[in-house]
Amino acid sequence: MAVTDSPPSEPEAPPKVRAGRAPGRLGNRVFQGISTASGIFILVILAAVAIFLLVRAWPAVTAAPSAFEDVGFMLGRDLWSWVWPLLFGTAISSVIALVVAVPLSIGIGLFISHYAPRRLAQGLGYLIDLLAAIPSVIFGLWGIQWLQPLVSPLFTWLSTNPATAWLEENVGPTIFSGYQAPARNILTAGLVLAIMVLPIITATVREVFLQTPRLHEEASLALGATRWEMIRQAVLPFGRSGVISATMLGLGRALGETMAVLMVLSPGYLINFFLLQPGQHQSIAANIASHFPEASGIGVDALIASGLILFVMTFGVNLVARWIIARRAEFSGAN
Amino acid sequence: MSVTTPPVPVRTTRRLPRWAPIPVLVASLLLAAGIQFLGDGPTIAGVFFIGAILFGIIMTVTSRVVEGERYAKDRLATTLVTFAFLLALIPLVSLLWIVIRDGVKRFSWEFLTTDMTGIYGQMVEGGAFHAIIGTVYVTGIASIIAIPLGIFTAIYLVEYGRGPLSRGITVLVDVMTGIPSIVAGLFAFTLFLVIVGPAYKSALIGGIALAVLMTPVVVRSVEEMLRLVPNELREASYALGVPKWLTIVKVVLRTAIAGITTGVMIAIARVIGETAPLLLTVGIATAVNWDAFDGRIATLPVFVYRQYAQGGASADRAWAAALTLIIIVMLLNLVARLVSRYFSPKGAR
Amino acid sequence: MSKRIDVNDLNVYYGDFLAVEGVNMVIEARSVTALIGPSGCGKSTFLRTLNRMHEVIPKAYVTGKAVMDGQDLYGPGVDPVEVRRQVGMVFQRPNPFPTMSIADNVLAGVRLNNRRISRSDATDLVERSLTGANLWNEVKDRLDRPGSSLSGGQQQRLCIARAIAVEPQVLLMDEPCSALDPISTLAIEDLIAELKNNYTIVIVTHNMQQAARVSDRTGFFNIAGTGKPGHLIEMDDTTTMFSTPSVKATEDYISGRFG
Repeated sequence: MAVTDSPPSEPEAPPKVRAGRAPGRLGNRVFQGISTASGIFILVILAAVAIFLLVRAWPAVTAAPSAFEDVGFMLGRDLWSWVWPLLFGTAISSVIALVVAVPLSIGIGLFISHYAPRRLAQGLGYLIDLLAAIPSVIFGLWGIQWLQPLVSPLFTWLSTNPATAWLEENVGPTIFSGYQAPARNILTAGLVLAIMVLPIITATVREVFLQTPRLHEEASLALGATRWEMIRQAVLPFGRSGVISATMLGLGRALGETMAVLMVLSPGYLINFFLLQPGQHQSIAANIASHFPEASGIGVDALIASGLILFVMTFGVNLVARWIIARRAEFSGAN
Repeated sequence: MSVTTPPVPVRTTRRLPRWAPIPVLVASLLLAAGIQFLGDGPTIAGVFFIGAILFGIIMTVTSRVVEGERYAKDRLATTLVTFAFLLALIPLVSLLWIVIRDGVKRFSWEFLTTDMTGIYGQMVEGGAFHAIIGTVYVTGIASIIAIPLGIFTAIYLVEYGRGPLSRGITVLVDVMTGIPSIVAGLFAFTLFLVIVGPAYKSALIGGIALAVLMTPVVVRSVEEMLRLVPNELREASYALGVPKWLTIVKVVLRTAIAGITTGVMIAIARVIGETAPLLLTVGIATAVNWDAFDGRIATLPVFVYRQYAQGGASADRAWAAALTLIIIVMLLNLVARLVSRYFSPKGAR
Repeated sequence: MSKRIDVNDLNVYYGDFLAVEGVNMVIEARSVTALIGPSGCGKSTFLRTLNRMHEVIPKAYVTGKAVMDGQDLYGPGVDPVEVRRQVGMVFQRPNPFPTMSIADNVLAGVRLNNRRISRSDATDLVERSLTGANLWNEVKDRLDRPGSSLSGGQQQRLCIARAIAVEPQVLLMDEPCSALDPISTLAIEDLIAELKNNYTIVIVTHNMQQAARVSDRTGFFNIAGTGKPGHLIEMDDTTTMFSTPSVKATEDYISGRFG
């Protein structure tokens, strides 16, 4: 060693790099082990959700149609003819929610990303995020107490205006026919769902719009475009796949939302498009919540089977949404 | 577009003055009120609804006449986008308003500290104490499971994860955030049905249902925070001869702690109002159940739902409980934002 | 306390990609060795192999030998963590820990490793290290302020104090002045000249005047083209390198006719 005249402040001789001494190697192993195990455990949970539901749903899936005769809430139907109207109700309420929420979300996303003053934008974003924090049961209360009376005159008008009346006379019943107050129909439920998925869609859409390359925007403005023309030329094309995936995320949430539908909708088990009539539709999730406490035996299995169908549906929708997002991230170069 | 003639000086377009929308808005609202007087008389909702439509039409037409088609479209877009935002605020404001208005009737210290033992019919006494305790239990159990699991998974994804396993976990965590809450409830129910048997009911089942919903939210937010920690800090620590695990604990987690706290609190706020899974798994009770591992237990969201369904004096309790729930959720959100604002390391971003 | 490093036929790979090829080099104890060369020639990559920091990047590995006073840094069973305690590093951008005070930043190497240290020892170590980094007089009144409250140049000296507080044998500096203004750069260069009395210093720099000013020996790295491995073209005493280099490419690079 070349160091014979170490400064006196050095209390000990410099240690050698020793083979075999491994500071923290055990800690590293343990820590990495715990982390990896946690990641794998999440996969296990997800698999367990599918397996346990499948195990309990199986008796209902394989049972003879007659097995359900004693189950009161199934109205003497077999599993599939019982599930179909529920699937239909789930789909139609979600579609209504998206038809209302997606254009609104795009508008809000644009407002926050391109219209609101920069300094306010983040705060306004928080306001919309607050909507996502409100418990669904309170949305249910609000739907009954506030929204129903509010939309009732509108629904009355939709149902009784001359155009609807003329169509009923000459063509047949329309989707707006036969409104009865209070507004405990699928359209009201869909509106409440729309408010609930709004923050989810807005959050994604807003991010995507904010990612629009400044160069594209400035290129458009430099050509003399108005703000709206710039948005049509630069922002919307760039954000299209983001809007699609956000819509899918919103759909996933709307499909599985329980309380709003349970509280607002007067249930029925039919397949039709009478949006303003009560007692026509019901969603899978709300149906499970309303019948689960009283169910027993094969009835429980049937409800779990419907839950499994809902799980598979939302899983698929979310997977597609994430796939679109991932593909976009790879090809757009935005990240 | 006309064919351009040889060089013209910059064309000056006739524009509406900046203040033009204001009188138009006032006029639209007055006109809307007038229209309603012809019908059943004006309502606030009606005035604003019709007024907004009138404003859009009048503004666009005026702009079309004065400024030309392109500017008219621009103005229409601005109007629509602004109205979309204002429209979204209506549910938020009205919801908070009615919850406060109807909630304060029964909201009191007594409401927070009594349970429903011996309350029946139209009695106005009773409170949500048992439901608050139950919510604390159920959310606590969910947090005990979901927070460590979520944080360690995020650490795996950011610090260790590579290859197909890491990609798979990322995708499935994303997908898991979309699991319907009622499905999580069914899962927890069947889990205990298969393992323990049908008679078992306890806060534990609800806690596990909520943990399934909470874990992916925690993973996502913690992962995001860990990715914000600059790599240079990790390298600085490695260069000092600090092992990787201590670097993660003492540098990475320490730097991201404010963001992680925020993420965790928002995750708690997200699950604390979950109703459907608890409806299936823990049921309702009238008195405080101090045992988290045995017996039905009341929770705030289910209490709201059940009391409202009973109507009458119970409905007032439902609103008061809803107010309690909203206060808890808003406080959690507010504190979470404050934590991230004031405790984030300044030089880290 | 300082050691010499002998590098023998060292290759650095990122997966299948050979980044640096066939480096032979002697780094003398108590000297400043400067590594210069165009961007992407592998000089920083090579520097990182001297304390095995390249292993932070997945799939990066090294063949060949790097021996520090008879100890093979890549010998079987040698833990990279232990190597890094002997071979400290200062980075391109100042990176004090944002959650720690100035004093805690200096003590980071001790505290992060869960080693116990008495209060008076800690106070001593902080003063000694900050004095060694020429920073003590500027910060002695605000040791409990966050490290990020300092200016860029002060932050970089804080990082040097943090590195020497663990009492390493060798100090690696990866373009330590490239993010600093000229005055701060001068302060760091003065500091390097002082540190040389106690440490072996290897510095990567893009600034040839800097290499000429601070170093005793200079190594020139070059790369034949994109996707080709970097090579150590020439290494000699700094004065020789800058007056009469033996390779044409070195002369071209130093005189600015290159890259």
